[in-house]
Amino acid sequence: MKALSKKRRHPLAAVALLLFGLLVTGSLYTAAGSVSEAKAAETTSASAADVEEGQKLFVANCATCHGMNAEGSEEGPSLIGVGAAAVDFQVGTGRMPMQMQGPQAQVKPVQFDEDQISQMSAYVASLGAGPAIPDEEYLDTTKGDAAHGGTVFRVNCAMCHNAAAAGGALTRGKFAPTLAGVSEKHIYEAMATGPQNMPVFNDSNITPDEKRDVVTFLKTIEANGSAGGAALGSLGPVAEGLFVWTAGLGIIIAFTIWLTSRPS
Amino acid sequence: MASPNEYTPSTATGRIANFVDSRVGASGMVKEFGRKIFPDHWSFMFGEVALYTFVLLLLSGTFLTFFFDPSMTHVTYNGSYVPLKGIGMSTAMASTLDISFDVRGGLFMRQVHHWSALLFVASLSVHMLRVFFTGAFRRPRELNWVVGGVLLIMGLAAGFTGYSLPDDLLSGNGLRIIDGVMKALPIVGTYLSMFFFGGEFPGLHVIPRLYSLHIMIVPAVIILLLVIHLFMVVTHKHTQYPGPGRTNDNVVGFPVGPVYAAKAGGFFFIVFGIVAFISALFQINPVWNYGPYDPSPVSAGTQPDWYIGFVDGALRLMPGYLGNFSLEWVIPFPWGDNTLILSVLLPALVPAGALFAVMFAWPWIERWITKDNREHHLLDRPRNAPFRTAVGAAGVVFYCVMWAAASSDLIATHFHISLNDVTYWLRTLFFLGPIFAFWLTRRICLSLQRKDREIVLHGREAGIIQMSPEGGFSEKHEEVDVYKRYLLTNFNDNKYIPAQPDAAGHVSGSEKRRAAISKFFFEDRVAPVTPAELEAAHAAHGHHEVEGEKQDSIEK
Repeated sequence: MKALSKKRRHPLAAVALLLFGLLVTGSLYTAAGSVSEAKAAETTSASAADVEEGQKLFVANCATCHGMNAEGSEEGPSLIGVGAAAVDFQVGTGRMPMQMQGPQAQVKPVQFDEDQISQMSAYVASLGAGPAIPDEEYLDTTKGDAAHGGTVFRVNCAMCHNAAAAGGALTRGKFAPTLAGVSEKHIYEAMATGPQNMPVFNDSNITPDEKRDVVTFLKTIEANGSAGGAALGSLGPVAEGLFVWTAGLGIIIAFTIWLTSRPS
Repeated sequence: MASPNEYTPSTATGRIANFVDSRVGASGMVKEFGRKIFPDHWSFMFGEVALYTFVLLLLSGTFLTFFFDPSMTHVTYNGSYVPLKGIGMSTAMASTLDISFDVRGGLFMRQVHHWSALLFVASLSVHMLRVFFTGAFRRPRELNWVVGGVLLIMGLAAGFTGYSLPDDLLSGNGLRIIDGVMKALPIVGTYLSMFFFGGEFPGLHVIPRLYSLHIMIVPAVIILLLVIHLFMVVTHKHTQYPGPGRTNDNVVGFPVGPVYAAKAGGFFFIVFGIVAFISALFQINPVWNYGPYDPSPVSAGTQPDWYIGFVDGALRLMPGYLGNFSLEWVIPFPWGDNTLILSVLLPALVPAGALFAVMFAWPWIERWITKDNREHHLLDRPRNAPFRTAVGAAGVVFYCVMWAAASSDLIATHFHISLNDVTYWLRTLFFLGPIFAFWLTRRICLSLQRKDREIVLHGREAGIIQMSPEGGFSEKHEEVDVYKRYLLTNFNDNKYIPAQPDAAGHVSGSEKRRAAISKFFFEDRVAPVTPAELEAAHAAHGHHEVEGEKQDSIEK
């Protein structure tokens, strides 16, 4: 301490103090600003071999559009910093590799096995920090609150995905798909990475706990089934109106014809 | 009245019946009502369907009032539906959830009420379409047509007020649109909205107010109009389709008692059964999916019930800007600027207003154009009134384009097309669809009439091909029987009537306009076959006919 206090009048002391102050502020800011990135670092358990395998798979299957180093091209966006979760979602649901260019990538049979997907995820995650594949803890629907998740869902998701998660239309051929049958992990990753036209709901916007609540809500209403009979697609009054004009009036007309027919 | 020497019944039933009859004169009513004749045709029964679904609505609605609380007081839901447990909502929403999940049979009754509401308005609409396309609204039934139209509007009012009651997200969005339309009215808009909602939207008053309307005034008006409607049906007697033995002065069919009463009574239970069957198997308006109303979220696929859909569709089709031309006008008044938001007002009020105006006025429009003020108890086959059928088809297409627009998002997702393209196409169809439908329907009607003429004059193709000694082929024609021929040749034929001068010899402007419309409607026309034409056709190729001799013997 004495040595330090002796040097307090050193000409470079002010500079050193300034640098120290900047360093502290900067680290605090970084720590506060990127909770998700911090989480990404802690969950990366991929080996260098995985990254290397992932790179090979990437070059063979993805580089045509995303570029040899995932830097992006006119055909596809850069993948630097999209994180492992984005790859796991896009490839894990079969959306990538894309079958054809269009308003948005469509779901199709998954092209890779679990190991390959995690290798590609590891490779893309190694390019820059981004949302990681969520921990099991955040996918456990027994720990979530369905009612709160429902509120979060109605405020943030229902305007595109429909209140019953049946999906809905967006502009120019884009659409929000139905969420029935989507796995917990993929729902979470979609919120964290914002695939296709979906906005990103980062962890300061919807916290990981709230994301788990949303997943819980979706899984609860899926498991509940539809009270009161067939849901007619959960599409609301249009489906009901169509039903009453076709099946309802159809049955009525059949009976009116029967009632007014005469034995001939 | 009943003096002892008139009639003494011998059985117990007879004594009771006589006791009642001698005090209320029921036999007179039974005589009058029981002998009323109903022609048998399936298309005449939609009015009955509407009546029976209305009875169902009253019954199921009464059940719902036992458990529904229309208050908008804030409560925390604590019922059995887990995904909403602990969520704040209005008492109205909470009691709707209780009816659905905690009242025995409550969900079934809710579904019966809602499905029969949809069926009620649907059968009303089909009934009115039947009346329109067969010309049943003509003298003396014009007023009953108007009463029916008001009934339809009251049906929409009942539906909309009921739809809003659960105070769920979906119905709240619907009310928000009503609020928006009110506020788009210049000057009075905000006041109207404040009066209606009892303050700023959504407030704490609108659900109880709608409830009062829904369970008191609206059904009372419907019942009143229904009584007037049925009274007029009895007074006017029923219309009938044309056919041998059916004239403008008789009604061919079954009397109410006993056959028709039994059929109608049975039909009530059939309708009841169909609605119960649908309600037991198909979910309707799952308010628990939508969640409680909160002005911030709007779910994808938010639509009104089908009968309000055409107004929602018109709103969806309307652009906010046309090129650089804004449809929001600011009108400077001495007290400040007021806005006139045409992009909301035009689609919300004009198409629906135009449809109902033409619908109500049509009996008088048609009378004015055709100068036909006779009583009509015989219906038109739609093909025999090409102008009316074409106008009706144009109206139906106009309505259906708007109706389809209310599901534009679902059309886009289910057919994998762009939502924007759906909107552009529907906008085009909004203007061109009715014109095309008018033209096409008139052509189809005229062609069918020509075919009828052809059948009367030359018989129907028998399917027997004959080879002549020279090697030529010809098909035999089978002459239609006289009953069929009567149907094909006897119809109300409207002709173009040129402008007529009035008593002073002056041709008025309105008369000229009438003549122009008359020319437009009736210039192309297929006249019914005259006896002379039929004679000539027979003389020309009577020997071709397969059963010619038999037909002749029927005629003689």
